[in-house]
Amino acid sequence: MIGRLVPIGIFVVLGLLLAVGLKIADHKSDLPSPLIGKPMPAFSLPLLHEPEVTVDSDELIGQPFLVNFWASWCVTCRVEHPVIEELARTGAIRIIGMNFRDESADAKAWLQRFGDPYTMIIHDYSGRTSIDFGVYAAPETFLVDENGIIVFKQLGALTPEVINREILPRIAQTGGLAKR
Amino acid sequence: MKRLTLLFALLLGAGAAALAQEPLVFDDAAQEERYNALTLELRCTVCQNQSLADSDAPLAQDLRAEIYEMMMAGRSDEQIKTFMIERYGDFVLYRPPVQGNTLALWVIPVALLFLGAVAVFFVVRNHNRKLAARREEESA
Repeated sequence: MIGRLVPIGIFVVLGLLLAVGLKIADHKSDLPSPLIGKPMPAFSLPLLHEPEVTVDSDELIGQPFLVNFWASWCVTCRVEHPVIEELARTGAIRIIGMNFRDESADAKAWLQRFGDPYTMIIHDYSGRTSIDFGVYAAPETFLVDENGIIVFKQLGALTPEVINREILPRIAQTGGLAKR
Repeated sequence: MKRLTLLFALLLGAGAAALAQEPLVFDDAAQEERYNALTLELRCTVCQNQSLADSDAPLAQDLRAEIYEMMMAGRSDEQIKTFMIERYGDFVLYRPPVQGNTLALWVIPVALLFLGAVAVFFVVRNHNRKLAARREEESA
């Protein structure tokens, strides 16, 4: 009797493993960011449109904002672009573009073609700051609260669902804290 | 001829592998050894089944350069690994530390091996008993 149950048991366990595997298949390579809950990495970088102006990361802190890592070579960034434009149109939050590992001319041509929804665009030409942010894919977007703490990271394209489910509620939260 | 083609293919492959590494200058062989060991032990987060040493991804190249610079600045292996973990998490280590969330990773293989050994023990004992019973029948 027990001898017959063993193969069935093994089958059930394998079936469960398969079900779990299929469920997380799309996100298996997503790594949780160790930076969540930590201060945003410091940087001091030029603006894409005004290279003579240097932006210090401290200057950004005070109101929540998004840091969106993008590049002209990044195909998914094109897919994401209309979503960012839509979010920018609502004026819900500042969106800082972080153009990384990209030639200035390529980046500007890309913006001319697809539009520029960003509050400002910072140019991380060497990609050194993207390493400090632990960026390993493009696009990646970080939500930074009014104290300069990273509270959420989206790996890959932002979608309306992610904005509604993860980002907007968190802005409402931090906005409430700021008013106090 | 076939052998020659194979040899050629192998040499070509070796050449490509060597090209994946930037020409770096080390103070001595021990330092180079350290660098090679470190980049082999750290995972490339872009192509997650390759180490930093293997990968040709731009990020892996930059991270190798970063590691090289840190080594030249006199940082220890521990400090360099911490630098990587702070940015990319424990996943960058090919040998994850034994801690709460990785316990299953370390325990399950040992547990399975143990279960397998138990199963083999019972199968063999069962088999021997049957064999002994048959012999008795035959001799009776």
